[in-house]
Amino acid sequence: MTQIDLYSILPISVLVAFACLLLLLEVFYPKGKQKEIGFFAAFGFALTMGLAISQLGNTISGFGGMVALDGFSNFLNVLFLLTGILSVAFAYGYNKRMGIDRGEYYVLIMFSVAGMMLMGQATDLIITFLALELLSIPLYILAAFSIQKEESEEAGIKYFLLGSYATGFIVFGIALIFGATTSTAFAAIIASIAQGTANLTLLTIGAALLLIGFGFKVAMVPFHMWTPDVYQGSPTSVTAFMAAGAKAAGFAALLRVFSSLFPSLAADLAPVIAVLAALTMIIGNITAVAQTDMKRMLGYSSIAQAGYILMAFVPFADEAVRATAISAGLFYLVAYTLASFGSWGVLMMLEREEGKGLSLADYAGLGKKYPLLAFAMAVFMLSLTGLPPTLGLVGKFYLFRAVMEGNVLWLAIVGVLTSLVSAFYYLRVIVTMYFKEGAPVIIQDRLAYWAIGSCVVATVALSLVPAPLFAWVSNALISPF
Amino acid sequence: MIPVNYYLILSGVLFSAGAVGVLIRRNSLVIFMSIELMLNAANLAFVAFAKMHSANPAVVHNGQIFVFFVMTVAAAEVAVGLALIVAIFRKKQSIDVDQLNQLKG
Repeated sequence: MTQIDLYSILPISVLVAFACLLLLLEVFYPKGKQKEIGFFAAFGFALTMGLAISQLGNTISGFGGMVALDGFSNFLNVLFLLTGILSVAFAYGYNKRMGIDRGEYYVLIMFSVAGMMLMGQATDLIITFLALELLSIPLYILAAFSIQKEESEEAGIKYFLLGSYATGFIVFGIALIFGATTSTAFAAIIASIAQGTANLTLLTIGAALLLIGFGFKVAMVPFHMWTPDVYQGSPTSVTAFMAAGAKAAGFAALLRVFSSLFPSLAADLAPVIAVLAALTMIIGNITAVAQTDMKRMLGYSSIAQAGYILMAFVPFADEAVRATAISAGLFYLVAYTLASFGSWGVLMMLEREEGKGLSLADYAGLGKKYPLLAFAMAVFMLSLTGLPPTLGLVGKFYLFRAVMEGNVLWLAIVGVLTSLVSAFYYLRVIVTMYFKEGAPVIIQDRLAYWAIGSCVVATVALSLVPAPLFAWVSNALISPF
Repeated sequence: MIPVNYYLILSGVLFSAGAVGVLIRRNSLVIFMSIELMLNAANLAFVAFAKMHSANPAVVHNGQIFVFFVMTVAAAEVAVGLALIVAIFRKKQSIDVDQLNQLKG
């Protein structure tokens, strides 16, 4: 193990070391004071974020080609750490209100974020698999974190069973790819395909199994059935983390694996992915229209959003368009993370201990009574719809452009039409907030206010000046081998 | 000497049995066992492929080491999964997934 090896996973190692330390600290902390662990966790995330930012611009490969540090993984590391910080900020007050302020919460979030970061960096299928499990197993526990509630338990077991089912597909897919190419290292797999020694039948089946497995993780139709239930049953602080972080990590793995390993299978895979993306957008958006529970509505909305991000995959084998498409996907991922985290944050402000305050009717009158919070929610809803002046509009614009450059015009049309459908249920929230009478109750939580505020500012400011972010995602390339 | 292909066929059959088992069984424990069956089918495939290329030690190591990783991760999953199932059983006196119906809409 050389210095280069260690440097390539430095942020991950620091984060994991920090998490282990907190796990020890938590034992010696008196009960009822454990939320102070949250401070340490936020510090750990900030420290790691500093390290990740200091690594920008590096392109190195470590551990004999098992992990890579390149623009792509560097960008995602920063994004995942941001997710971690935001979820600590939201959970700090929320978990106390819900009576689940236990120190393990932050530790599990840290382990899960470490898994996500490793997922973006993995260039060996062994590492992809380990990272996936490092990310998922803490999430199974987190989903059931509010164990005294039946819904949370149910969410936990559903997520666990379907998540492990997906893992089964992924492991068997990796086994077939190993059989087809005699290796699990990306470089060796690519070489084997290029030399024509690979067994293409096995390879295609393996790739399809991987697509199914990752499809479960990112909630792609028809593997999305668990999403609304799990999102509704889990504590909202966990749901926010799952909706933003876990989904982004799934996409990171899909992008990395498919665009590195399977360009040669594009003729078979690209049409399938295009159809799945279209189905995801259509079914996600149409089902969301019928929801009155806000958590469920946002759950279906997150399925639909996965469909939009999935569009960035369709031209994954087209050399000329691939870079544009991947950067458009990453750009939209940022827009989605900010807007979805922010709107889950608003939900947490209105949710009360008994699990009330979660239906659409509870938002009536919010505009009159709490104009700032209502404004924030309105910005997030506009961003998720893709209307100005928000980052969602810019993101969708780049996405549709990438898809059109990839010559899949029909998919772009489906994207635009389903965005129109989605406007119905997103704008319904705004209408309810501003034009209906009601007496909403919110919880005063300064930290959450700050977190929501920074999401609003970022969503609006980055849409007015998208150039820096766009320059960054354009450099976030997957390094070739 | 049994040809390596037979192991691969067995592994495919085990995987399919597991995948179907998850879909048609209603008891959480049995579903969980089916998932383990899928993972072990993959392990069998790894070892069989490694054996197929036994002339090349790198391939053998790669395949067999993956099996150890899968076994370790499966053990971690069991720890979490069984804890969840026990917690549910304590509350409901049943681990039938059809009774997990609080969440719908």
